[in-house]
Amino acid sequence: MRHIISILLENEAGALSRVAGLFSARGYNIASLTVAPTEDPSLSRMTLVTSGSEAVVDQIRKQLNKLVDVVKLVDLTDNERIEREMLLIKVCAEGDERDEIKRLSDIFRGRIIDVTDRAYTIELTGDGRKLDAFIAVLQSRRILEVVRSGVIGIARGGSACVPDAP
Amino acid sequence: MARGPPTGPTWVSHGCGPRIAALNAIGCACIPVHPLARAPKALKPGPLGWPATVRATWRYTGAIAVIVTQGLDRWRSLSENQGFEKGHKSRGDIALELTGAEIFVRCLHDEGVEYLFGYPGGAVLHIYDALYKQEEVKHILVRHEQGAAHAADGYARSTGKPGVVLVTSGPGATNALTGIATAYMDSIPLVVFTGQVMTHLIGDDAFQEVDAIGITRPCVKHNFMVKDVRDLALIMRKAFHVATTGRPGPVVVDIPKDITAHKTSYTFPQDPTLRSYKPVREGDPMAIRKAADLLVQAKRPMVYAGGGVVLGNAAPELTELVRWLGAPCTNTLMGLGGFPATDPLFVGMLGMHGTYEANMSMHECDVLLAVGARFDDRVTGDLDKFCPNARIIHIDIDPASIQKNVPVEIAIISEAGLAMRDLLAALKATGARLDKAALDAWWRKINEWRARQCLQYDRANTEVIKPQFVLETLYRLTQGDAFITSDVGQHQMWAAQFYKFDKPRRWINSGGLGTMGFGLPAAIGVQLAHPDATVACVTGEASIQMCIQELSTCKQYDLPLKIVNLNNRYMGMVRQWQEFFYQSRYSHSYLEALPDFVKLAESYGHAGLRIDKPHDVEAALKEALGQRDRLVFLDFITDQTENVYPMIAAGAGHHEMHLATDRELA
Repeated sequence: MRHIISILLENEAGALSRVAGLFSARGYNIASLTVAPTEDPSLSRMTLVTSGSEAVVDQIRKQLNKLVDVVKLVDLTDNERIEREMLLIKVCAEGDERDEIKRLSDIFRGRIIDVTDRAYTIELTGDGRKLDAFIAVLQSRRILEVVRSGVIGIARGGSACVPDAP
Repeated sequence: MARGPPTGPTWVSHGCGPRIAALNAIGCACIPVHPLARAPKALKPGPLGWPATVRATWRYTGAIAVIVTQGLDRWRSLSENQGFEKGHKSRGDIALELTGAEIFVRCLHDEGVEYLFGYPGGAVLHIYDALYKQEEVKHILVRHEQGAAHAADGYARSTGKPGVVLVTSGPGATNALTGIATAYMDSIPLVVFTGQVMTHLIGDDAFQEVDAIGITRPCVKHNFMVKDVRDLALIMRKAFHVATTGRPGPVVVDIPKDITAHKTSYTFPQDPTLRSYKPVREGDPMAIRKAADLLVQAKRPMVYAGGGVVLGNAAPELTELVRWLGAPCTNTLMGLGGFPATDPLFVGMLGMHGTYEANMSMHECDVLLAVGARFDDRVTGDLDKFCPNARIIHIDIDPASIQKNVPVEIAIISEAGLAMRDLLAALKATGARLDKAALDAWWRKINEWRARQCLQYDRANTEVIKPQFVLETLYRLTQGDAFITSDVGQHQMWAAQFYKFDKPRRWINSGGLGTMGFGLPAAIGVQLAHPDATVACVTGEASIQMCIQELSTCKQYDLPLKIVNLNNRYMGMVRQWQEFFYQSRYSHSYLEALPDFVKLAESYGHAGLRIDKPHDVEAALKEALGQRDRLVFLDFITDQTENVYPMIAAGAGHHEMHLATDRELA
């Protein structure tokens, strides 16, 4: 089953490689992984999407928690949550296609952020399935490049994945 | 302890007279300017103001530089003497300006470090210079960095205190890696300091540069790189804290050379805690109560205790709990000594070469209490056939060990000793005892398995030495009270089977990683920690050659080890597997060009004895054990074809054992 795990990590050189190294050393899957500093510059937020049986995911959580650089870990899969991913897609847009691609982009609430006389670059945000659907729609056209950010997520409601009070 | 040669350039810590004389004799052109010496403008006044020689020569350069250097020496020795006053005992209550190298040594001292195992090289020369000028931290010079890590490991396993290692960058770090991984697999607290090239050279493929943080990452509990001398003391403190708390393990600290030259004030940091690291100590009381309720109802209870009991100093709690239960107890290879081997409740080691009674009890038990053990594949065999009838309680300090290999019903995440203390209290609080009749029936069954005498071998043989006989005799002559280190292979299994450990921390071996070459350097660490104890290294002619160079270290520090070399001219365990599973195709397991071990020992300055008849075994061991002040290398020429029994083939179940007598499935 797919799990989305939110991790607060010490913002130190090598912390990312500890997480990545753990996954390769123990043979776990990583579907996507994003990481950036938080409002506290000493902490990074990592959002990791993985999959496996419940036993495997249980081990993944425990092994991640065991890393000394991991400050806090929450499996968002257990909660009502919001997931977002950003897509930047560059697609060939010539002749009649230009209007059609513009309309498709509007339907998906995408934004055209760069234009040449032969191509559009479109920005689209949503959950993974929405991005998949948009790419599928454009599949029949000539897609020049696809860039996806990887999934980020946050729990709904008042609970927050922040460091425990000291 | 031996120091460097008496002639080389010496750093005089209480004044600089002899050095000035020496420098004058050499003349200016070849003055070795100390690497730490900076240009005068970088100097700061010492606590007594500028040294006179520096003041007097401020405006001059060239030939006068030598005087500046001498002045620096004097100035440095003035400031250093504050850092290394004889008999300094305070723990970091005074702020001092010290170099990184000096802080390093002071920190080790304040941390209570007795021995530092290491090998010098370019990147750690400042540190070695600081070591030279003090006597509190004793440095043990090994002959290969792998030996340093194993020696520190042996020290740690036999004392419970962290082992400390210092190696240089590049090959120093890579050579130590095997020792670090060995400690990691067995959860041994080590703090390993690796030198690193200067900060500005990192990433340039500089001479002797290796990414020590990167290559050690998968086999350390944690590692740190020091990027600023002001962080050094706190990082060292954290390293010791992380290595020794929770589930222990090795921690690497990588220190670039320039950091050890930079100066800052020093105070011993009081608080080593990390916000992201909070090891658990005590288990959930609810889980402990549930465990007590389950255990007290057991008809066929079984206790399976591992290295966590030894590491957690929980042998007394285990012994008390098992005796209260009246249940059979087995130890893993790492757990031997955690429960007294001569106690009638002990059924021997379990697993691949465990006893018949231990493995059959595992297979048939109805409640299994696992303490400080991680259900390793060499213990469980086929997981589908593992403890098919048992409800399992698992006590472990590492949450990741729970449910990793085997699903368990009750998990108690706690230090082993605290958990067993609380569990015993909870058991007593139930007011009930285990069903006496059921327990008697269970023991009748176990004693039937015991009667198979799975460890029997050809004791009557008078022609060829049986390796088991050597170990039985060693056990008898040392009354079970020696420290036994071992290498890896058949001899390791025989030592585990035939030497009955009644006390923890007496059995020192590489269980998880299975590192050949571990035994001799580990014995060095054990003997240093226990100078009056008998320390025997049980090894084989293949393993011993992997770190044989440490015989030289033993000579330098006069370590009276007893090396029990079971020499069968084969990599015995490889040969055994080739016999069983490769139709006796002995591919590269025969050692054809062995050295004369007696002469080899003698050339290192030790005594050597070769024994090839069973009737000489006892006399030779007695002779060696009687030599209290020298190392004796005993080369026992043993039966080439002896196999380790009982044996569970990899992937078989506990009830599918091969016994020596029938070679059939039990």
